[in-house]
Amino acid sequence: MHTEFGTVPADYLAYTRKKVFWIAGSLVLVFVLFILAISVGAIAIPPVDVLQTLFGAGTSTKWDRIIWNIRLPQALAAIVAGTGLAIAGVAMQSILRNPLASPFTLGISSAGAFGAAVSIIVLGAGKVQSTVANPVTITNPYLTTIVAFAFCMLATAVILLFSHLKGASPEIMVLTGVALSSLFSAGVMFLQYFSSDTQLAAVVFWTFGDVGRATWETLPLMAVVVAAATLYFIYNRWNYNAIDAGDETAQGLGVDVQRTRIVGMTVATLVAAVIVALLGVIGFVGLVCPHMMRRVVGDDQRYLIPASAVAGAILLLASDTVARVIVAPYILPVAVLTAFLGAPLFIFLLFRGYKR
Amino acid sequence: MTKMLTINELKFMYRNRDVLDRIAFSVRPGQVVAVLGPNGVGKTTLLKCLNRILKPREGTVLLDEENLLDLGTMEIARKVSYVPQRVETGRLTAFDAVLLGRRPHIGWDVTHRDLSIVDAIFKKMGMEDLRLVSIDEMSGGELQKVAIARALVQEPQVLLLDEPTSNLDLKNQVEILTIIREVVRDHNIAAVMTLHDLNQALRFADTFIFIKDGRVFVQGSHDIVTSLIIEEVYGLPVMIGELCGVRCVIPTACKIS
Repeated sequence: MHTEFGTVPADYLAYTRKKVFWIAGSLVLVFVLFILAISVGAIAIPPVDVLQTLFGAGTSTKWDRIIWNIRLPQALAAIVAGTGLAIAGVAMQSILRNPLASPFTLGISSAGAFGAAVSIIVLGAGKVQSTVANPVTITNPYLTTIVAFAFCMLATAVILLFSHLKGASPEIMVLTGVALSSLFSAGVMFLQYFSSDTQLAAVVFWTFGDVGRATWETLPLMAVVVAAATLYFIYNRWNYNAIDAGDETAQGLGVDVQRTRIVGMTVATLVAAVIVALLGVIGFVGLVCPHMMRRVVGDDQRYLIPASAVAGAILLLASDTVARVIVAPYILPVAVLTAFLGAPLFIFLLFRGYKR
Repeated sequence: MTKMLTINELKFMYRNRDVLDRIAFSVRPGQVVAVLGPNGVGKTTLLKCLNRILKPREGTVLLDEENLLDLGTMEIARKVSYVPQRVETGRLTAFDAVLLGRRPHIGWDVTHRDLSIVDAIFKKMGMEDLRLVSIDEMSGGELQKVAIARALVQEPQVLLLDEPTSNLDLKNQVEILTIIREVVRDHNIAAVMTLHDLNQALRFADTFIFIKDGRVFVQGSHDIVTSLIIEEVYGLPVMIGELCGVRCVIPTACKIS
């Protein structure tokens, strides 16, 4: 077909440019929050000194140690995990065409919690040092992480198997996930019922997701997985837009819908599994960030995927910073706070409606 | 770039039931073929077999010499576009929704050419005012136009339309079919569309294919559309008359008591 050419309409370009500005602005906010997150805490470090230390020009060895050993890995983990959970959520919501899809609602988190419970209670990896300031020491954290990860992947495998048998239908994926979620929750309760007090405490503490658990050893792994998944989702943005327009339209546009669904779900759950296994259960970020950004940049995956990634980083970094100071000198695990911060903001945005 | 579409011995089975059996017909470029027949006879299935959304058991779909069924999904999408019966809404602007039609041609990102082709189609269809309107705020007629525009920016050689006028009022039906008629002629596309409304089919199609029990019952140009054939296929007695030079089909059996 021969098509005559038009021009690129200026109003459309202005419209897309605005979305790019939003994302760029949010990135600046991430940087500001990052510096702020490192600067606040039991010992306050002025932002200027934070910057100096990060660029290797620090003046105090004590601040050096606090920043490099404690606060920097924690802030980076918040950024990486927030990004990862949010892209997993946005991809799941789009692939499954279901606004409630997220790593949390599809049973990945419960599977991780069950794995942790198995490792602590059955395999004896946990021993708790029960003081409020330093509540949990799992004697064998590697075992716990590995078993938690294995169960996350088991949940993923079950979801994919069932949906493969039923032609990758989104309903089957969502409902299998929901069923698995309650199955694993029941499993955790069962194990907890037969556990000792210390084991019980260890399991409960493990499920409070905490970015403070990240170390310089685990951070690179998490960062590589999240970065690869983000690139994969961005590469597939047109396919997700096509699926949003309906399976039949997508097929007419040359998208292999079934394959796109299965591979996308595998990548999304893998990201969530790595984060949950390393940091524990952090709810709400994956569900809420995509919805927040829909209100700002719309449903177009070209903008929604990067915007959600940035929003995830912002939400988790801000929540973690608040969690560290809100009941000082105690430090709350961030999972306790994500919903507290996210929910009111989310409801506010729901009421405000869509920006077009 | 004008190619002949030829369907040979197409057979489709669902579980162990024959849905389509030895379907054969051809479409010349610039021609609109109307696929007619009662509900559930396999009209939609036939369309979906042509671009391999459904995989036929046997048969070929030739575009000149090339069998479309041997191509990859993305390659098919560069040659054949498909407008499904149900068009889903979403929170995209009309411009982005139409831009999606460039998907089979897009590499990493849209080019200036992609954007300008989309702009040209908006101008051609007189929808410039709708460019930045979100499609979930559109009427059924506007949405259908967006879906057709999306199919056209795919730059297809074959256009498949499944009930393009269902859910539309009379004015929109005529408008949509007129647009289809025009672009098919202007761009020498071979178009296959299913329709329920025999009167619209008579006005806008060049050739007619009646499907009955999964087979082509009869096919040909205007002269094959007779009251006898329609009664055979739909099981309803009709009269065909002429009104202001337009042939129309009127059911005769339905008396309202």
